[in-house]
Amino acid sequence: MKLVLRNITKRFGSLVANDSISLEVSPGEVHCLLGENGAGKSTLMNVLYGLYQADEGEIVLDGEVQHFLGPGDAMAAGIGMVHQHFMLIPVFTVAENVMLGNESTGFAGTLDLDAARGRVREISERFGFHVDPDALVEELPVGVQQRVEIIKALSRDAQVLVFDEPTAVLTPQETDELMEIMRQLKEAGKAIVFITHKLREVREVADRITVIRLGKVVGEAEPTASNAELASLMVGRPVELVVHKDEPRLGDDALVVKDLHVRDALGHVHLDGISFTIRAGEVLCVAGVQGNGQTELTEAILGLQEHVEGSVTLDGRQLVGRSVRQVLDAGVGFIPEDRQADGLVGGFSIAENLMLNRSFRSPFVRGGSLRVDALEEFAERKLEEYDVRAPDIHTRASKLSGGNQQKVVVARELSRDLRLLVAAQPTRGVDVGSIEFIHKQVIATRDSGIPVLVVSTELDEVVALADRIMVLYRGQVVGIVPGATPRETLGLMMTGERPKDVVA
Amino acid sequence: MSGTGETPGTVAERPRPPEPEGPSRSHSVLREIASGNALAGVLAVVLAVAVGSLMIAVTDERVRETASYVFARPSDFLGATWDAIWGAYTALLRGSVYNDRVDDFATRIRPLTETLKFAGPLIAAGLGVGLAFRAGLFNIGGRGQMLLAGAAAGWVAANLGLPTALHLPLAVLAGMLAGALWAGIAGVLKARTGAHEVIVTIMLNYVGFYLVFFMLSRQGLLQAPGSGNPKSAPAQETAILPRILGERFNLHLGFVLALVAVAVVWWLLSRSTLGYRIRAVGENPSAARASGIDVGRTYVVVMLIAGALVGLAGANQVLGTVTSGVTVDLDAGIGFDAITVALLGRSRPLGILGAGLLFGAFKAGGFAMQASEGIPVDIVLVVQSLIVLFIAAPPLVRAIFRLPAKEAK
Amino acid sequence: MSTTGLSPAPVPTAGPTIDTVPVVSRKTPIIFGVLTLALVLILLLEGQSGETTFRLAARTDFATLPELTVPSMGGAWALAVACALLTAESVRRYAGRRRTAAWVLVAFAVAWMAGFLTWAAAGETVPVVGLLAGSIALAVPLVFGALGGVLGERAGVVNIAIDGQLLLGAFAAALVGSLTGSPWAGLVAAMVAGALVAVVLGLFAITYFVDQVIVGVVLNVLVIGLTSFLFSQVLAPNAASLNTPPRFPRIPIPVLGDIPLVGPVFFRQTAVVYLLYIAVALVSYALYRTRWGLRVRAVGEHPKAADTVGIKVNRTRYRTILLAGAIAGMGGAFYTLVSVPQFNREMTGGAGYIALAAVIFGKWDPIRATMAALLFGFASNLQGVLAVLGSPVPSQFMLMLPYVITIFAVAGLVGRSRPPAADGVPYQKE
Repeated sequence: MKLVLRNITKRFGSLVANDSISLEVSPGEVHCLLGENGAGKSTLMNVLYGLYQADEGEIVLDGEVQHFLGPGDAMAAGIGMVHQHFMLIPVFTVAENVMLGNESTGFAGTLDLDAARGRVREISERFGFHVDPDALVEELPVGVQQRVEIIKALSRDAQVLVFDEPTAVLTPQETDELMEIMRQLKEAGKAIVFITHKLREVREVADRITVIRLGKVVGEAEPTASNAELASLMVGRPVELVVHKDEPRLGDDALVVKDLHVRDALGHVHLDGISFTIRAGEVLCVAGVQGNGQTELTEAILGLQEHVEGSVTLDGRQLVGRSVRQVLDAGVGFIPEDRQADGLVGGFSIAENLMLNRSFRSPFVRGGSLRVDALEEFAERKLEEYDVRAPDIHTRASKLSGGNQQKVVVARELSRDLRLLVAAQPTRGVDVGSIEFIHKQVIATRDSGIPVLVVSTELDEVVALADRIMVLYRGQVVGIVPGATPRETLGLMMTGERPKDVVA
Repeated sequence: MSGTGETPGTVAERPRPPEPEGPSRSHSVLREIASGNALAGVLAVVLAVAVGSLMIAVTDERVRETASYVFARPSDFLGATWDAIWGAYTALLRGSVYNDRVDDFATRIRPLTETLKFAGPLIAAGLGVGLAFRAGLFNIGGRGQMLLAGAAAGWVAANLGLPTALHLPLAVLAGMLAGALWAGIAGVLKARTGAHEVIVTIMLNYVGFYLVFFMLSRQGLLQAPGSGNPKSAPAQETAILPRILGERFNLHLGFVLALVAVAVVWWLLSRSTLGYRIRAVGENPSAARASGIDVGRTYVVVMLIAGALVGLAGANQVLGTVTSGVTVDLDAGIGFDAITVALLGRSRPLGILGAGLLFGAFKAGGFAMQASEGIPVDIVLVVQSLIVLFIAAPPLVRAIFRLPAKEAK
Repeated sequence: MSTTGLSPAPVPTAGPTIDTVPVVSRKTPIIFGVLTLALVLILLLEGQSGETTFRLAARTDFATLPELTVPSMGGAWALAVACALLTAESVRRYAGRRRTAAWVLVAFAVAWMAGFLTWAAAGETVPVVGLLAGSIALAVPLVFGALGGVLGERAGVVNIAIDGQLLLGAFAAALVGSLTGSPWAGLVAAMVAGALVAVVLGLFAITYFVDQVIVGVVLNVLVIGLTSFLFSQVLAPNAASLNTPPRFPRIPIPVLGDIPLVGPVFFRQTAVVYLLYIAVALVSYALYRTRWGLRVRAVGEHPKAADTVGIKVNRTRYRTILLAGAIAGMGGAFYTLVSVPQFNREMTGGAGYIALAAVIFGKWDPIRATMAALLFGFASNLQGVLAVLGSPVPSQFMLMLPYVITIFAVAGLVGRSRPPAADGVPYQKE
């Protein structure tokens, strides 16, 4: 089935998310849609999938113009979607998830689960997925959940398959397997749209590449194009892919983590005896696929985790067992991985957000009441210093773009006397300009003699910032290696393999 | 592209109990409450009063009689309808603001003082509910908190022998303390186990009711000595809130205490660090926690203060409005009215003051309307709840009045 | 939607693996221990004398069970010992990292209750059939309400307005029943009334995204105001024509109704109660075994996922709460068409809130919620029976019981419960 998008325009209020975008995909072809976060890729796919209605333009399948009022229509027309955030119901089984919305039933609407199981087995065998139809989805590993999404689409005879940022949650090895699956689907005559911002993946599977920026198609490229070419198309200017930094001036051991264990309330082990040290003036990056204990590591250091055993000392002072407030007062700066959930109070003004972790004492507090003047003066200064693009300091944080929100968080954390900076996914969902700015701030912090712990699932970021790299896998340290370690080695380590010359 | 929505608010404990919830469903309401405009509020009141009028007209005897020959003599029907509605609302105004049917000025403005008397506890309890709202907590336990507060204040008032300067403050404080402790249960359970405060406070209303009922039925606890009724001994003179406009008016010091409470809560929310933390927890508990704010402790503190405010309303009832002894209906519906007051007042101290005055007028006028026109006072409940419903859904009001929709964000 | 609960590994692995430490709740043994201790303390502190008789038969049984008479203190002590043994068994299982078995739970509950009754009714006769049948009567509206509550919450709509649905249902049943002279017409009117409350709930909660708790609470107040107003203004002055509904007759089911103990309790009831049995069975079957149920649960767990497979989320929610409202409305009809043949202001006495408690205590499952509602009905009837027998327990504490149990339940002291993930969250396409 041949898919053509013609001059699709979608507006949200005054924002034009898609500005007259056109795209063509033929059967047996992988068409990559490449663009930064916020470029409008997901909006376009939601239009294609009937979740949004386009303001202008049309969707054409095999020469027929389509009018999708909802995802049901899109599915019926043969479009299947593998969502970035899986659209699976955790407490349902695989078979129930696959049949949902497309149920085969017996007498009086009784579910025919056997038919659904059969369908799952059949597709699973055809593509070598190894998925048990009776497994509960919430108990499946992420990679397998993604296959359930694919089965879901295939079970409805989808001819056009859309993969929306499918590799964000996968290990390099799982990513390779997914690429293989895409090739198989292509052989089977499916038309595939592959949305991503990762250049390497694009060049590996794409037959055609369309680059979009700020809601517009800015060019097409061949899979043979270089990384630098693709990146500058995507961003609109030459991009500094490397962060300039000098050799670290290392001080004493500052953060010492010994035999750290973290469990959750249900008894799942998230960190299983990890140990490492960061010296003053050093950036240690934690690499690994999401969900291998990185979140828990940063939260354990901050005092946000409940069941922590082992020892974390900062300049000799024990942090385990302290409250979050005590840890912050000990000089720990924290950039949380989800700024909207943990970093900012959306309904508060920029100024109010800037005092979020200093609500107990000076400079913004005197005798139980707020020093509004001091706060506003401080906020004006920081807005300037950190180049936060906002009308004024009273603007609500929720109204800011991702990059500006993150700058507010960074400004707040770096404005205190720090003895340690913990940055989790500091540039997730942030535009390239802000990424460069934030990376410079991280390096400047390091150069002022502060130990920095960066957690990132983006290998590019890890390689750009790290003096040393620690790879986590299933809550354990696979190894701690120099910053200049080749990507291939890191990728292998992220699957839990320990190269022979690496010592844990 | 809202960043909230995703995290479900739930009605029971979650897997990792003491953790703060994600932005819960109450926040969208809070935002709606904060951002709605004054016009929507006025229109909501107009709409609710219109529905109330309709009900009065439809159930009026004469209107129904004239309706049977409406086509023959429509003027009769319209006249009867007008009389019913006009009669009802003038009675309401005469009962709540100004009575033009009596001679001396003092008696004429007496209704206004009655309104203020009714408004006092509504404002105090409304502050209790509204403050909890600002921390993202639903305090539906006003009834239970008032009952416990009334029982405590009533016990001190009836059983201790002290000079007024000590007895009255002690009785008020006892009530506030009891209200605080009863609400505090919900705060502690929320903080320690994640138990949803809506369910806990609702259940505590009933537990409190039966507990106070039990105490009122036992000699040696609260029951008036020698009595067989579930009622306590009357408050002693030394513990009664003094009438502030002289004995001719029922208005007592409770209203002034409510005004003081408004000022205190205003300072707390907009100028204090505790208030800052309360608002941070209410808007985004998870970010508050990551910034070193003890969310659980904030929940407990907020519920204690909220309970004390509701407790003030309870003390106000037994020490000022009905001093003849504590009974299980001492809350007189104020516990639930407080929710509507807080919602109409958008959880802001001055808004709550205004809403409390409006609903106080409804109460005072409602009784007058029942007495003179025979319209059951329950109509006030209907109007009151309709106002809140309309306030909570500005798009509905806009749709009804065909106002332009607000520009999308 | 946190990913932390997921095991983070891909399938083929070569790396280290991690076991999870099994977590077995120690709450059950603790609760057993506390209850046993309480029973022992009662027996020690408030000794009774005489014998306790349990009357197991109703007058109309064809095979009459004999009365059971035991010495009060001896019997109670024997049952206390049984409780202690069952507690020990529970502790033993906990030590072996195993859950307490269901039979232990049931046996403990029966032994404790029997022990308590033996003590409380010393020198008296406990009419067991009357106690149980009365419990059913009190539980019927609760079960209907809880069933409606479960349905709504499974679809993601929190329904605090169950009480309003019961009350308006009772009102409509009385009015229409009186006007038509037919209890069936009254029943249908009650269902319509319940659904009407649901429509308003849906309009505000689903269409206008108003907080569902607020809407629920306010709707209850609205219905109280409305019914009380109409009662004083219309029903009371014309009581003879508008507030004298016909009652449903009691229809004993042949054979089943003659089984000793079970028959008089369950099968000599009115049509409304038989409808209740059918409703419970249908709802629990449909929720787990049909396409409709799968979709309802999907919408309550992850509405966006349901939307992406073409299920109309809000339409599904509307339909579900309408059905739920109609079911709750039937519970209201029970008040005026079975219990008392007339409407009174606020006659539900907050039963809707107990139904809500049953929903939570029953972990959002139709069968469990029904059991919880029956338990609460039993508690309030027990209170009445004990008051008649002149027992030493203050009646207020018995009446408090459902509420206290619910507080313990939501505080996680009685088992762990997990509501539908999207319960109370309006679905809003961005």
